[in-house]
Amino acid sequence: MPQTKPSRRSALTALVLVAAVLLVPATPALAKTEIQFWHAMTGQLNDAVNSLVRQFNDSQSEYEVKPLQKGNYAEALTAAIAAYRQRQAPNIVQVFEVGTQTMMLSGAILPVYQLMKEQEIAVDWKDFIAPVVGYYSKDGNLYSMPFNSSTPILFYNKDAFQKAGLDPTKPPQTWKQVEEYSKKLIASGASKCGFSTGWPSWVQVENMHAMHDQPFASKHNGFDGLDVELLINREFGVKHMAQLAAWQKENVFSYGGRRGDGDPKFLSGDCAMYMQSSSLIGGFTKAATFKWGTGQLPHYGAPYKHATSIIGGATLWVMKGKSANENRGTARFLKFISDTNQQMWWHVTTGYLAISNSAVKNLEAGYHFKKNPDQFTAFAQLTKGTVTPNSQGIRLGNFVQIRDVIEAEMENIFAGKKSAKQGLDDAVAKSNDLLKEFAAANKQ
Amino acid sequence: MSAVDVARMERAGVRAAVTDAPRRWRIPWSALLVHALLIACIAVVVFPLYFAFVISTQNIQQVVQRPPRLLPSTHLPENYVEAWQKSDMGLMLRNSAVMAVTVAVGKIVISMLSAFAIVYFEFRGRALCFWMIFVTLMLPVPVRLMSTYEVIGTLGWLNSYQGLTVPLMASATATFLFRQFYLTIPNELAEAAQLDGAGPLRFLFRFLLPLSWANIAALFVVLFIFGWNQYLWPLMITNTEAMRTVVIGLEQLIPRSGTDLPTWNLIMAGAMMALIPPVAIIIFMQRWFVKGLVESEK
Amino acid sequence: MHRTVFKSRWLPYALVAPQMVVTVLFFFWPALKSLQLSLYRVSPFGDKSTFTGLDNFTKLLTDPAYYASVLNSFVFSGSVTVLAVVTALVLAGLATQKIRGLVIYRTLLLWPYGIAPAVAGIIFLFIFHPAYGILPYFLSFVTAYDFNWLLKGWVAMALVIVATAWTHLGYNIAFYIAGLLAIPASVIEAADVDGAGPVRRFVSIVFPLVSPITFYLVVLNMVFAFFESFGVIDAVTKGGPGQSTEIMVYKLYRDGFIGLNLGSSGAQSVILMAIVIALTVLQFRFAEKKVTYR
Repeated sequence: MPQTKPSRRSALTALVLVAAVLLVPATPALAKTEIQFWHAMTGQLNDAVNSLVRQFNDSQSEYEVKPLQKGNYAEALTAAIAAYRQRQAPNIVQVFEVGTQTMMLSGAILPVYQLMKEQEIAVDWKDFIAPVVGYYSKDGNLYSMPFNSSTPILFYNKDAFQKAGLDPTKPPQTWKQVEEYSKKLIASGASKCGFSTGWPSWVQVENMHAMHDQPFASKHNGFDGLDVELLINREFGVKHMAQLAAWQKENVFSYGGRRGDGDPKFLSGDCAMYMQSSSLIGGFTKAATFKWGTGQLPHYGAPYKHATSIIGGATLWVMKGKSANENRGTARFLKFISDTNQQMWWHVTTGYLAISNSAVKNLEAGYHFKKNPDQFTAFAQLTKGTVTPNSQGIRLGNFVQIRDVIEAEMENIFAGKKSAKQGLDDAVAKSNDLLKEFAAANKQ
Repeated sequence: MSAVDVARMERAGVRAAVTDAPRRWRIPWSALLVHALLIACIAVVVFPLYFAFVISTQNIQQVVQRPPRLLPSTHLPENYVEAWQKSDMGLMLRNSAVMAVTVAVGKIVISMLSAFAIVYFEFRGRALCFWMIFVTLMLPVPVRLMSTYEVIGTLGWLNSYQGLTVPLMASATATFLFRQFYLTIPNELAEAAQLDGAGPLRFLFRFLLPLSWANIAALFVVLFIFGWNQYLWPLMITNTEAMRTVVIGLEQLIPRSGTDLPTWNLIMAGAMMALIPPVAIIIFMQRWFVKGLVESEK
Repeated sequence: MHRTVFKSRWLPYALVAPQMVVTVLFFFWPALKSLQLSLYRVSPFGDKSTFTGLDNFTKLLTDPAYYASVLNSFVFSGSVTVLAVVTALVLAGLATQKIRGLVIYRTLLLWPYGIAPAVAGIIFLFIFHPAYGILPYFLSFVTAYDFNWLLKGWVAMALVIVATAWTHLGYNIAFYIAGLLAIPASVIEAADVDGAGPVRRFVSIVFPLVSPITFYLVVLNMVFAFFESFGVIDAVTKGGPGQSTEIMVYKLYRDGFIGLNLGSSGAQSVILMAIVIALTVLQFRFAEKKVTYR
């Protein structure tokens, strides 16, 4: 077969055509718009998030939310920042409550209330539970959508109570009772120690101050400005810390480590009482080998008011710089997850708080709380106490490091290296430095 | 003649008759004593992993009870299956394998070439090159993370295999090792090669490379595992599930928010499965440890 | 040290080029960017940055907690290096004896290196935990002393040292095995004939012959302990109790990566780098003289 040299022109044409096909992206007519959602949920919670997202994707055909697990809270935030600087940020990112101040001042976010207004999606803001949204609002406007919120409660070992001759249906309500019960439990050999705690700073310092209507920091716990100082070394703070240190010596209290490291102390039966996030109810149900119950956190009583506790957890923030189309998808997703049905589903599946009063009412009507009385403890603690300026939440810059500082000093105090006053004074001094640093770096 | 001289001569090609058994240095202790010592040491060293294995066979209630159990329980199959499904292990094993092999091979190749140049040539900037390469060990990863991300972003390599592997090749461990090794090679070998008329590249591939297999084996094991266990960098740079690695999947099983009870047994099951490829590499590479010593070339 | 070299004008440059390109692009460029931040005060998202000169440095150098972390780092790194290198040499020595089953023994010794550092930390948490750990449980039969590392700083430090050295053991063993296997059998036989006992044989023959590897491992272990060992600490003690296990690189990780204070972590990196470079130069200058290459 005679070989004919291909003419250069036709070869070039072919090349151009091929390039055109390859380089010009084909825009399919009915492609769903993708919404990138970065979160830090692991294990069972990861499954729950995926399920929730699937429910949204199945409910409509314009948008597809793509959830991506991006490590723990700190890693996800750092990744979002790095991506934002490369203009590759996700649409939604989950940030822990202690990062609220950082996000609010970042100039990189689109406040949720503004998003809903722009997209003309009606949201019944008043239906949300006050202590939950209060944490994330400025001037009454919600900046980020609460997603997984919880509050610390008291867990107690009913079997151990029984053995010690205590009424297993009555958890202690005052600190005096905690001490009394602990001593009985230890004396009767029902447990080795009275109580322990998870998240030492969140539970024993932040929440204790809030529930007793004591300020954690100046300027209304940081809500009113950046020139803030900590106030945990005042009379109440020192009193409670010194009490814990004294109890540590008698095994009434047994320090279990930071975060959730103390969980095994309760699960193994070593400590009969334990203060941790309400979201642990699911985990404890699976892992505990004894009967247990929940109660509200103990209180010192008069002269302190009985205020609400504060929440912990994370919220969803919307990143700026996205197209109006994507924003619409984001808004619809956020509306979806805050709807009563989804709130109920999320609470029942994960144990995190439902954030709207209607959801709580529906759960009550469905006898959910009758069947799961422990789940109601957290809601009761948030709604039945008095809402005061000191119990709305805490908004500080560099809060992650401040918690570390406080917990490090707590360890020094419990180990007997420092007195409660000295340790708290040192914590306050270091934290105030961190706060000044943050204020300087974020001069408005 | 000192023993070191003898060693020099051995290496200079005046090799003793090739033995078919790998060379070991003999000590007239009874082999039994050595066995006993090894077993005792290994028992201590491997205990943590054994304990992890035991945990991976328990259910969650057994994990937290006291006193802790030391013998495996019966929940192995369901734990492993659940861990596999939850973290989509199959896909991630493949990604990790690609990443680890690429990083290991890439590092070995470029380091061998650089070390050869630094040891066997005299050129302007030689010391500078060595120290520049060496200094890469000196900066902690968390600090470089954000800026390296920017560089990768500028190159358009986000969420790609290149972005995943190439930055991990910037390290001096292999170069440093090759340098150490090449410095122990006697001059006679190079002189002999030059006399033979062999150019530098031929010297490298015909003479140095065969001698280096033990070191390459050790390096491959170590670098493969280094690449295999990378967490922070792949986490930052992969944006789709399809690119994720095994360690990321493993970490996803570990709740770090402190508000969910860790399913320790599943985590350990995942960890055990993630260990299998590194162990396979270790077993496979053992052959190469001794390969260089049985070379009967020249 | 006279060394035979090859002559070429362009070949050496071509040979180092690939590594230099990777090094400059993926190390120097990012490194300079991050170190530059040490002179600034930056907001997390990078939208606000103010030049502050040496402020970040002064803050660190006038903070007693920083000096405590420097001291912790030295104690930690020194202990990890010594523990990991010495143990590895002993174990590698045993694993290169003329006995059967060596592949199995070596695999078992190297295997722990393959485990992800964070998981290793968790395993040690399990073993050492005061509440449910297996070690305190057994220790309680031996002594009444409470090894509660949640409150006792030195116990926590011992724990992270052992855990970190353990994770790095396989690395050292791998290289020692390669090095020991390279010692020709005839050398040992010659010493046998000389009538040297096992200890003398080790000290005067084996040890010098593996000294290049020992030097390599000591430098690298030290570098690893100073720069990369925050995984175990993050999984187990998080710098506590108090600040007893807060080493420089961990503080840097918390301030920079978690606290998003890039200015301070940049400054801390500069100081850390300076210290370790100085240490390494010292080692090359003095210790390398004692290394017998040939």
